[in-house]
Amino acid sequence: MNELWQLFTIFAQIGAVTFGGGYAMLPILTREFVDRRHWVTDSELTDYFAIGQCTPGIIAVNVATFIGNKRKGLVGGIVATLGLVSIPIVIITIIAAFLSNFAEYALVKNAFAGIRVCVCVLIINAILRLWKKSILDAPTLIIFLVVFALSVFSSLSPILLVVAAAAVGILLRQLPGRKGGEET
Amino acid sequence: MIFLKLYYEFAKVGLFSIGGGLATIPFLYDLADRTAWFSHADVANMIAIAESTPGAIGVNMATYAGYTTAGVLGGIIATLGLITPAIVIITLVARILNHFMNNPYVESAFRGLRPASIALIAAAGISVAKVSLLDLDAYAETGSVSDLIVWKAVILGVLLFLGQKYFPKVHPVVFIALSAVVGIIFQFAGV
Repeated sequence: MNELWQLFTIFAQIGAVTFGGGYAMLPILTREFVDRRHWVTDSELTDYFAIGQCTPGIIAVNVATFIGNKRKGLVGGIVATLGLVSIPIVIITIIAAFLSNFAEYALVKNAFAGIRVCVCVLIINAILRLWKKSILDAPTLIIFLVVFALSVFSSLSPILLVVAAAAVGILLRQLPGRKGGEET
Repeated sequence: MIFLKLYYEFAKVGLFSIGGGLATIPFLYDLADRTAWFSHADVANMIAIAESTPGAIGVNMATYAGYTTAGVLGGIIATLGLITPAIVIITLVARILNHFMNNPYVESAFRGLRPASIALIAAAGISVAKVSLLDLDAYAETGSVSDLIVWKAVILGVLLFLGQKYFPKVHPVVFIALSAVVGIIFQFAGV
């Protein structure tokens, strides 16, 4: 029960401070769940984001369900996700009711222009941290570069990119003369 | 039975929008066409609000659309509809993964997946950087590189990066709050 309550409250906090989509929550996730509580590892978080990208639903919700599910099964997944959406539901309801031109206020525009700079930095830090666990050798570096270039410069679906990368991972293992996969 | 319909329609949005909240937008336009719940202009307004508030964009959209259609309960029910498919599917995927995690094929698939996952996160970072660190409109007008770069944003970014490097114990939320204050004081949006 205690752990369920923790899942709800931590995800409620994350939901309250996650600006600009699910990726910005990554640094807070690593801090709360990897460093503080040791509930998941860096690699598991990277996996959850990879799967969250190519399964239906919003990435943030998918990752919350994954972490909750790992700790407390189905109920944990539901509780973590409800925590994640609880604060936004309240905030958006208030805005929809009273402040329909909320996004037009100069104060709000300036504050969020500042926050977006911080979101960039948070994402850079998350990447630097996860890099070591994921980019292990030349093939994984090439996968990174190709997927990065394709997702910035083409309109290919991320689902396709993720599925292709998984297939390449499996193919690399089949190459003759490679121990592939065993060193991980 | 507006609540049932809200739940059903947003569950469909949750089921078909893959890869981030912005993927819900085409489905919301489709909903605007098929129902009298909200208009195309409302969707544009929702995007602006969803981007200026915490929380996943898709969730914010569902709450906003549900509220404008059927009040507080409508907002809650639309959001629950949106997250239902994700909870069901991820729970199943997690079960399956637990079984096969030690399978060599699954292991090597993840070897390929992880760099791809980081690449997609980096690409998302680039799109945020484009709107926050660069001023493409000013550059198009003058063609000068010093107009392309939003210097005060770059300086804030460098300071934040150094701050997080040398004070790793400080919670990220503190940096988010500081950036909001700096953005207001130095009028980062130029208004």
